[in-house]
Amino acid sequence: MGTRVFGEPVKRREDARLLTGRGRYLDDLGRDALAAAFVRSPHAHARIVDVDVSGALDVDGLVAVYTWEDLPGRVGEPLPLLIPHPALTHGRTGYPLARDVVRHVGEPVVMVVARDRYLAEDAAERIRVEYEPLPAVVGIENAERAEHLVHDDVPGNVGAVLHQETGDAAAAIDAAPHKLEFRLSIERSASTPLEGRGVYARWDADDGSLRVYSSTQASTSVRAAIAARLGLPNGKVEVVAPDVGGGFGVKIVHPWPEEVLVPWAARLLDREIKWTEDRREHFVAAAHERGQLQDVRVGFDDAGRVLGLDVRILHDHGAYTPYGIIIPIVTSTQLLGPYKIGAYRAEVVSLYTNTLIVTPYRGAGRPQGVFCMERTMDRIARHLGLDRADVRAANFIRPDEFPYDQGLTFQDGRPLIYDSGDYPELLRKARELIGWDGFEAEREAAARRGRRIGIGLGVYVEGTGVGPYEGGHVEIDTAGRVHVSTGLTSQGQGHETVFAQIAAAELGVPIRDVHVTTGDTRRFGYAVGTFASRAAVMSGNAIALACRKVREKALRIAGEALEADPRDLEITDGAVHVRGDLSASVPLRTVAVLSNPLRYAFDDETAAATQFAVDRPPTEPPVAEGDEPGLEGRGYYSPVRSTFAAGAHAAIVETDPDTAEIAILRYAVVHDCGRLVNPMVVEGQIHGGVAQGVGGALYERMVYDESGQLVNASFMDFLMPYATEIPRIETDHLETPSPLNPLGIKGAGEAGVIPVSAVIAAAVEDAEGLRVEAMPLSPDALYELRERASGEPGLRVREAPRDGGTETGGQFAVGLSGALPPSERGR
Amino acid sequence: MEDLHDIALTVNGVHRTARVPARRLLSDLLRHDLGLTGTHVGCEHGVCGCCTVLMDGDPVRSCLTFAVTAAGHAVTTVEGLAAPDGTPSPVQRAFRECHGLQCGFCTPGFLCTVTALLRETPRPTEDEVLEGISGNLCRCTGYQNIVKSVHRAAELLAESGGEA
Repeated sequence: MGTRVFGEPVKRREDARLLTGRGRYLDDLGRDALAAAFVRSPHAHARIVDVDVSGALDVDGLVAVYTWEDLPGRVGEPLPLLIPHPALTHGRTGYPLARDVVRHVGEPVVMVVARDRYLAEDAAERIRVEYEPLPAVVGIENAERAEHLVHDDVPGNVGAVLHQETGDAAAAIDAAPHKLEFRLSIERSASTPLEGRGVYARWDADDGSLRVYSSTQASTSVRAAIAARLGLPNGKVEVVAPDVGGGFGVKIVHPWPEEVLVPWAARLLDREIKWTEDRREHFVAAAHERGQLQDVRVGFDDAGRVLGLDVRILHDHGAYTPYGIIIPIVTSTQLLGPYKIGAYRAEVVSLYTNTLIVTPYRGAGRPQGVFCMERTMDRIARHLGLDRADVRAANFIRPDEFPYDQGLTFQDGRPLIYDSGDYPELLRKARELIGWDGFEAEREAAARRGRRIGIGLGVYVEGTGVGPYEGGHVEIDTAGRVHVSTGLTSQGQGHETVFAQIAAAELGVPIRDVHVTTGDTRRFGYAVGTFASRAAVMSGNAIALACRKVREKALRIAGEALEADPRDLEITDGAVHVRGDLSASVPLRTVAVLSNPLRYAFDDETAAATQFAVDRPPTEPPVAEGDEPGLEGRGYYSPVRSTFAAGAHAAIVETDPDTAEIAILRYAVVHDCGRLVNPMVVEGQIHGGVAQGVGGALYERMVYDESGQLVNASFMDFLMPYATEIPRIETDHLETPSPLNPLGIKGAGEAGVIPVSAVIAAAVEDAEGLRVEAMPLSPDALYELRERASGEPGLRVREAPRDGGTETGGQFAVGLSGALPPSERGR
Repeated sequence: MEDLHDIALTVNGVHRTARVPARRLLSDLLRHDLGLTGTHVGCEHGVCGCCTVLMDGDPVRSCLTFAVTAAGHAVTTVEGLAAPDGTPSPVQRAFRECHGLQCGFCTPGFLCTVTALLRETPRPTEDEVLEGISGNLCRCTGYQNIVKSVHRAAELLAESGGEA
C-alpha cells in the first residue's frame, strides 16, 4: 500500500474551488436560460375558482404561462408516493400544479416562464387566482379532532396507523412496581440549507435528449422520475447534481413539482429554463420535519430498569405524503436506543394537516424518538431518586450481547438487529468528558455566585447505511489518473476527499491521482441517494470493492508483463512491483495501456508500453473470454441490513433567574461510527449536527397561525443560530468496527443532531428543577413554565434552585454574549 | 420597457460597465451580468450574509444593494481575494486548513466578512471573532471550525506581515 491515507485527517480536495468562487451551484449555471417563477397558494386550504392570466400577458419578456389544465398526460398526474407502506392506508400526493384544491400555503398553482427572474415575477404578480377558502386544519390536536378534513376522502385526517410491538407492554406496565404516564411534544423545524432548491433543464432537439441539473440528494431517481413523466427512455435523460449548498434531508424528496415542470417546459419550448427557489419559497414550498406529540406510559423496577413501555405517537405529516411514513417508522424503532426494554409497544397515528409536507430532516425521526426515551429515563431516575446516568447504565445492552435483536422491523424493512457497539464505554467517556461525577460541587459553587446551572445527558443509537445498494466505478487511464465515480450525491460531506482516500488506500496510488465524481448520471446510473448517514458506508464500500477488482486485474496484467506471479506483486505509489523489490516495476498507467489490445500511439505512454506487450497466442482472441479491454471495474455494495452507530452527549447549561435566557456553557460529544475514514470530516459533521440540534432545542420552530399561515417564513423570524448561539463542542471518539461491511464503517452524518433536544431539556430541567416536556425551549417558554410551576407543584422535579447571592443580572450578561469568557469556561 | 442606467464600477480591480434597470440588485449584477457567480444569495433579505462582498473595503449585503448605487465604487468579491498570481489569501488558506467549510455556499460571504474583520482587528479575541462573524449564517459547520479559521488567518496574516 502507498502512503497511509485511510483514517487520516486529509485536507479536503473540494475546498480549492469552493474557496475561490469557482464552485458551481445550481443558480451559477445556465446564465442565458429563461427563468421560471411560480404563483403559489396564499391559502392553507381553498378551492380554486378561477385563474385569470390576462394581466400578465403584456409583461415584457413573458414567454409562457401554465396551469394544471395545460399539463398533458403523465406530466399532470399526482406526484408519486415514493415509499408505500401497508400501514399508509390513505397516502395522498399533490399535483405538480394544483388541480381544483390547494392544501397548504405555498402549493404551486401557476408556472410562469420569462426572459429573466425579475420579469417572471412581474408576470406572476399580475396573475389573479380566485379562491374559495375552506376551513384549515392546523396543529396535531386539531387534526386528530378532525372537525374538518384536509382530504375529503381521508376520514379522521388519518393517513396511517402503525404498530410496533415486542412482548406485552400493557401487562408488563400493569405488573411493574413503578409506573409513570406523561405527554411530550416537539415542534416543527426544517433542514434549511443555505442554498434552496433549484432546477435547470436544457433540451437537445437534435438528439432528443434532456440534460437536467438539480440541487438534489438523489440525481439517479430524479432522472427516473423525469423519464417516466416525460415519456423518455432513461438513456435520453441526464441528471447532474452540481455543487449543492447543503441538503440535510429536504433535497432527498423527488420529483419536486418543479423537477417535472421545468424539464417539461424546456422540451416544449425548446429553450433552456431555470428555476431557483427563493428563501420564502423554501419555507412554504419545500418541506419541514419534527412535529410530534407523544403519550408515554412506562413501568419499571426499583433499579430503574424498564419493564414495559407504551408510546402513542401523533405525527403531523402535513398536507401530502410523498415520502411515505419513514419518519414515524424511524421514531418508533429508534426510540429504543441503546436499551433493553422489557416489553414495548408503539402506536403511530400519522395525520394530515393543511401545512407544508413533512419529510426527513437530518435525524429523520430519531431526535423525536431519543427525546421520548431519554426524557423517560430522566423521569424514572427522578422518580426513584437515582443518578440519571446509572439508570441508563442499568438498561444498556451489554457489549457481549451483539448482534442484538430488538425484535422490530427497521426502516429498510429488515430486522432491527444492532451489529456492534459498546454503550457502557460511551457513557463512561461522556461522564468523564463533561465532569458528571463532580457536578454537584460545581452547581453549589455556581449557586454561591448567584448562578443557576444544570447538567444533562443523552444516549442514542442510530441506524446508518441503509440499503438497498450503492455502486462505484473505478477506471485508471493511460496517464495514470484514477477516475472514481458513484451515483450518490454530495452536499458538503467531503465525498470527493473521503472516497479518494478509500480508493488511494485500496489501490496503492497517491491521492493526488484520484478524481471523484458523484451524483452525475452520465458517470454512474444506478444509485439510491445521500440520506440516512449512508454515503460512506454504502458508496465507500462499493468503491472499495470496485478498487479491489481493478487491483486484481492490474496485478494480473502486470504479472504477465513482469513475468511474475500476481500473488507476489503489490502496488506502491502507483506502480506494480514484486513485493520487496522496487527495481522491477510497471506503472499503472502502463498497465492501463496493456489492458487494451488496441494501441494507437496517441501519447508517449502508449508508445512506451509496447516494450511490455505480451502477445496472445494467434489461436486465441485478442481479448480473452470473460475479459474486457480497459483497466476499470465496477462494484456494488448491498448490505443485509443497516449498521448501528451510537453516541452519548452531555451538556451544562445556565439559566437566567430573571430573563429565563438559556446559555449552553459546555457541550460534550462521544460518538462511535466504527472505523473513521477521515476524522476531520467526521468531526465537522458532528459539529454541524450539534449546531442544528441546538437550533431545534432552543430557537427553531415553524409558527403557523390558526389559518395555516407560516408567520415566521424568513430568516428574520425563524431563528437559525449564528456563531454566537453555538457552544464550543468537545468531542471524543470510540471505534467499534461494523462486522457487516468490508471497511468496518458506520455512518456519521446525522449523529450530531440526534440527542441534542433531549440533552438540553435534561440540563435545563436540572438547572431549574422544573419538568421540561416540550421543545424548543425559548426564554418565553421557560418563563411560562416557571409561572405554571408556581401553581402546579407537580412540575417541580426537585426543590427550587438556590441561587445564592442576589446580584445575578450582571453575571449572566456575560453568558448572554454567546459564550462565557475563557476564564469561565470548562468549569 | 424599463429604463436602463449606465454604470461603471471597479470589480476585483477591473473596470466594468453595465446597463441595468434601477431595481437590479448588486448580487444579480455580479452573478448574472458579470458572471462572477462566487457571490451567493441565500435569503435575499439581508440576514444570512452569503452575498456579502466588500465595497470600498467594507462588507455589504449585495442582495440589499442596488447595482446602480455601486457605480463609482470598488467592489471585491470572493473571486478577488486571492493574490493576482492566484495564491490564496491567508483567510482562504486558513479556512482550508481548519476545515472551516463544508457545502461552501455561505463561505464566500464569510471570507469577505473575515477579510474585512482582520483588516480592522488583526488579532481578534474569541469574543471579537464571534461578534465579527455574527452576521453570517452557516448551516453545515456549527461555526467551531470557522472560528478556528479566523484565528488561524490572523496568525497567517501576522506571519506574512499583515497583507490580506
